[in-house]
Amino acid sequence: MTIDTTSKPTESMPTETMPATAEIVERCRSLYEDLDFSAARAWKAAVPGRKVVGFMPVYAPLELIHAAGCLPLGLFGGGDQMEVIHGDAYYQSYICRIPRSTVELGVTKRLDFVDGMIFPFVCDVIRNLSGMWKLMFPHVWSKFFDTPQNFDPEVGGRYYVEELKELRDGLGTLTGRKISDDDLKRSIALYNENRRLVREVYAFRARAPWKAPTSEIYLLMRAGLMMEVEEHNRLLVAYLAAAEAEDRPKRDNVRVAVYGSFCEQPPLNLIKSLEMAGCYVVEDDYALVNRFITEDVSTDGDPLEALATAYLKHSVETSCKYVPNEEDKGKYHVAQVRKARAEGVIYATPSFCDPALLDRPMICRRLGEAGIPHIAFKYAENSGQMQPIREQAGTFADSIKLWS
Amino acid sequence: MSDAVKEPSMLLQKEMIAKNYEAITSKNETGRKVASTFVPGNLNELLMCFGIVNNLPEINAIQNGMRKLSGSYIMEAEKGGHSEDVCTYVKADIGMMGKGNIAPNGKPFPEPDVLLLSYTGCYTFMKWFELLREQYKCPTLMLHVPYEGDGHATKNMRDYIVRQLREVVIPGLEQVSGVKFDIDRLREALRLSAQAEEHLVWTLEQGKRKPSPIDAYFGGVYYIGPIFTAFRGTPEAIAYYEALRKEVQARIDAGQGPVTPDGGSFDDQKYRLVVEGPPNWTNFREFWKMFYDEGAVVVASSYTKVGGMYDLGFRHDPDHPLESLADYCLGCYTNRNLPTRIDILAKYVEEYEADGLLINSIKSCNSFSAGQLMIMKEVERKTGKPGAFIETDLVDPRYFSAANVKNRLESYFQMIEQKRRGAAKAA
Repeated sequence: MTIDTTSKPTESMPTETMPATAEIVERCRSLYEDLDFSAARAWKAAVPGRKVVGFMPVYAPLELIHAAGCLPLGLFGGGDQMEVIHGDAYYQSYICRIPRSTVELGVTKRLDFVDGMIFPFVCDVIRNLSGMWKLMFPHVWSKFFDTPQNFDPEVGGRYYVEELKELRDGLGTLTGRKISDDDLKRSIALYNENRRLVREVYAFRARAPWKAPTSEIYLLMRAGLMMEVEEHNRLLVAYLAAAEAEDRPKRDNVRVAVYGSFCEQPPLNLIKSLEMAGCYVVEDDYALVNRFITEDVSTDGDPLEALATAYLKHSVETSCKYVPNEEDKGKYHVAQVRKARAEGVIYATPSFCDPALLDRPMICRRLGEAGIPHIAFKYAENSGQMQPIREQAGTFADSIKLWS
Repeated sequence: MSDAVKEPSMLLQKEMIAKNYEAITSKNETGRKVASTFVPGNLNELLMCFGIVNNLPEINAIQNGMRKLSGSYIMEAEKGGHSEDVCTYVKADIGMMGKGNIAPNGKPFPEPDVLLLSYTGCYTFMKWFELLREQYKCPTLMLHVPYEGDGHATKNMRDYIVRQLREVVIPGLEQVSGVKFDIDRLREALRLSAQAEEHLVWTLEQGKRKPSPIDAYFGGVYYIGPIFTAFRGTPEAIAYYEALRKEVQARIDAGQGPVTPDGGSFDDQKYRLVVEGPPNWTNFREFWKMFYDEGAVVVASSYTKVGGMYDLGFRHDPDHPLESLADYCLGCYTNRNLPTRIDILAKYVEEYEADGLLINSIKSCNSFSAGQLMIMKEVERKTGKPGAFIETDLVDPRYFSAANVKNRLESYFQMIEQKRRGAAKAA
């Protein structure tokens, strides 16, 4: 794969005039809504031998997939636009929605072009789905990717480097090409650029949320997980420039952070509903993936060691990760709220989401201790009724305005 | 309902468990240290090396479920902000703390000195002990056991666990207890473990006989008790299994089935089942009765393997003590991937000559439950035997619907009958 780290307009965008945010967002929306994954199919068809590797939330080392010459394809269930018929036959009513819609995508052949699937450690449901995938799609290379819960470089780090080697070897077998350290370093550099731009976009949103609504940023990020990283980098640059240049009205909204939504994603309408209810979302954990690592990954030395160190030392606190010290629990959330100058937190979790729901009392307690107002509700990726959510979020926004 | 009739081995076990609760609740008088830890990945032999008493919150939740206390505990936890969607063991534990934290012997549970978070085969464990740590503010030692995603353990996984034992768990336990680690003490305990494990495997394998002298699910939860809790690696466990073996052998000699809680010998066994998933504890006896009333005996189960899969050949090995503990943790049932679980269950159906697989799907246990519908379908496909699915919960009485469970069981038994008639006709 030719690697180009320069940020330049994409072919689909006019070069003579800067695209408006609406144009960029529209393109992202069409990618996000396309459950046949036409763009990824086209990418694969463009060059014989290309492979697509799907990955589920919440973190996978995309650099390795990229270095293998594959397209990493973020799979976040079926959203609210897909009727789940077959998927429900695989799960009891008390299992969350994302595995059933992912199965639906699989059995309806919407993923029949996907050559490999990575199931990162999120919870027992996604863990078990990895085994189901092996049985349902035996021709697909499926990998459960277990990141360490021990963060000592000499203990968890050594384990993780070996796991990364195994992942690299698996991808090598899938593609028939060996991933060299130099390949990987080039990919790391590209993803460092991506992470920097992603951070910049989120920082811009926190500075001027009226110019970068979360309903747009969300699409920009979700689409980015379905295209080549080089292209996403260009898109991020274009969006930042367009959003900065555009004049949009600033509303009397409160600034909120949203947590608990890292795996099964809320419908776009829910994100919009929060905004319509008077909330600027200035911090969130939607999808995470491209924000999971919080700093540049070193491009010096052994690249697998570098990826391991980044995971151990510079990754977000989220419910799928153990927090070794009690005093650190929730500290990350409080710090992020402060950094983004959020006035309150909406803890919005998918129904039956063990990680988020088991964490909720602990995180909310820490928020309370820090004097940060918070509310909580549950959703599903296909939630349709937004009125109760709008009312709850609107009341929360009013209460912050009146009493905080 | 009259008092349940218990076999001598059950009474012996009751005494052992009572003794352990005494050891836990008297820690302030005796000065002994107490660790809270989990059944899968239970490192009892290691804790014994430091003189630490083993307290298992899952077992406490089960006790509270059987004593009809868990419902109010769960509601107490939900009032405190815990979701109705999550594990009811956790909520029963948290709710118990909110209501005085009283142990089954009527004495208050003391605060643990250490939380040994042996994180094997269940994500919830991690959050459970983060929640307990918040309450108790005591040291927490995390032992991360990687999941066998590809259906087997790797050297890297084993090395990782051994490294954690060496670098985190053992030094942590030394610090908590003030006792220096003695590997020979561990070897001796592991030697005793292996002996008890032999006895347990022999007992469980008697389910292959016809009639089966054991019930490998409802009776099985008693059989696994000592090995899965605070007695693996002790002479008491061996004494228990010797007594159990004698009982089972006596029933074999007499051509009898297991003793039911009603006191009868369950000899007229019409249906032989393999059961996947934990039992319901709030209505345990009622649940069991639904089976033997219909002539159904459970000849093998997966629940009796959550604390170790000894029937597949694993034994604790005194010659490789830490590696052996690592292998044990890796091999617990819920740490195995779905295809492996399917293979194990299909093998049970074949080897135990069962009529089919019954899944008791637990509402609040994703580790077991996610994927069970596929397990049923695949085991049916592999064995040609019918499967069935019922839904209950661990310790939340709100999710035990006796009429629904009974209806489904009756339908299942009719299905088996029909299948038999079809097979007879074809022959």
